[in-house]
Amino acid sequence: MKYAYYPGCSLTESAREYDASTRLVMADLGAQVEEIEDWTCCGASAVESVSRLLTYTLPARNLALVERAAASAGRDARVPDVLVPCAACYLNLLRVGEEAGRDRALAGNINEVLAVEDMHWSGAARVRHLLDVLVNDVGADAVREAVIAPLKGLVVAPYYGCQILRPYPKFDDPEHPRSMEPLIEALGAETYAWSSGARCCGASLMATKKEVALRSTGRILLDAQGADVIVTVCPMCQMNLEAYQSEALAAVGGGERVAVAYLPQLMGLAFGLDEEALLLARNMELTRRFRDKVARRFADAPQAEPQAEPETEPA
Amino acid sequence: MAPATEHADAATAKAPEAPRAPAAAPAPAPDPRAQALEAALDEVRHMVAGCMQCGTCSASCPNQFAMDLTPRRMWRLLLHGYADEVMDSKTFYLCSSCYGCTLRCPRGLPLTRAMAALKRASILRGGPGQRRHGAFYATFVDNVRRLGRVNETDLMAHYFVALRDPLAPFSFMPLGLRMLAKGKAGLHGSPQRGRLGPLFAKVREMEEKP
Repeated sequence: MKYAYYPGCSLTESAREYDASTRLVMADLGAQVEEIEDWTCCGASAVESVSRLLTYTLPARNLALVERAAASAGRDARVPDVLVPCAACYLNLLRVGEEAGRDRALAGNINEVLAVEDMHWSGAARVRHLLDVLVNDVGADAVREAVIAPLKGLVVAPYYGCQILRPYPKFDDPEHPRSMEPLIEALGAETYAWSSGARCCGASLMATKKEVALRSTGRILLDAQGADVIVTVCPMCQMNLEAYQSEALAAVGGGERVAVAYLPQLMGLAFGLDEEALLLARNMELTRRFRDKVARRFADAPQAEPQAEPETEPA
Repeated sequence: MAPATEHADAATAKAPEAPRAPAAAPAPAPDPRAQALEAALDEVRHMVAGCMQCGTCSASCPNQFAMDLTPRRMWRLLLHGYADEVMDSKTFYLCSSCYGCTLRCPRGLPLTRAMAALKRASILRGGPGQRRHGAFYATFVDNVRRLGRVNETDLMAHYFVALRDPLAPFSFMPLGLRMLAKGKAGLHGSPQRGRLGPLFAKVREMEEKP
């Protein structure tokens, strides 16, 4: 398993914990993850509101970098899949192929722009979200084998957000996604049954129409009251759910705070990886309830000790 | 006396040679900006031309409660020549790109893309409302152009300036401080500063071609 890794801007700054835990967990699972050299911003969800052509060329530039690197590696080098942890980056990169793939004029325009850097996009690099790779390339069985400290008794609410499954449902049901459940159970934890897993958190309305986004976020937090933690697979969902809890809960009439963590952080905890290496201290809402339950994981597995480099060999 | 000077830059207004009477301007040459706006609106009309008014989009929208026009009503108004009513509404600025409507539309229309296209049309139309609503997107893209990769702290600082609302930063200040404490905010240099300059220039050149 070899991937060209596109971290995206958030993962270099506010979501560094998502970046660090993704790299550690993928390495633990035996995957080779190589950051794309010279990558630039994909335009996020803002660029489409400003320029149609930029919407496609900004992400296409990064895919062209992957193609060029593969070409310079030799005539027979396979173009690797592009691994993307951020939902907005994933959608932007994915839709280049989805739309320009059947629109020659658009493809021509994209390549006319990329020619200023002597680059070309052909669509050879397949775009994959981290969750897709974990579920379909790695698989729940390999995850279970990597677990040395099962998260027994931890109730986990899987939060998928919007853009990893809509408008292009590549690996799960876009209305009622369930792909995270086998992973959660492989970690020894329990899946929390709820209906807010694919409900919008408000996204960038948190910056432009805060009072509207707070209601969206508040409803999700209310629905998660029975869970010990919400796990996310998107830096913007994570930020909206963890950073505005007092205002969001107030907007929907009150409720208890809920811990929020990235999926690979939770996986890292079950793999026995060091909490500091997983950058858990950067999370903005980790409740006592969550911490207490997670602290018990080594008590349940007395033979396991916390270590930075567990010697589990993935299948 | 000339009403045009009201909006003109002070330096220009005081320039000595301005005897030309604005009223003398002859027959309306087509305004390229108005033409571009009409073309942008046509693009949206084309996207939603197949709308059969079932209202699934409105029912699926998580932000509909805050909109002045429901999405279903907005598409109808646009197709029937009420472009100003659509442009004056804040409906399309309340789209959070969740793609719920796009997924469920029984006609398979690209409604989320149509919302974004309306935001682009609104930039061409201009006006004070647009400046405020569009400030975030414009600032974001400018951040990408300058830095190659987005710096969230730089983005928010420029956004507050663009909003021209001295109170705006206060609602984000407690969070900003918490993020600083967590090491999640800060003005670090971008390793890719200026990297996207040529690409942006080329896109601009192509988009300004008629």
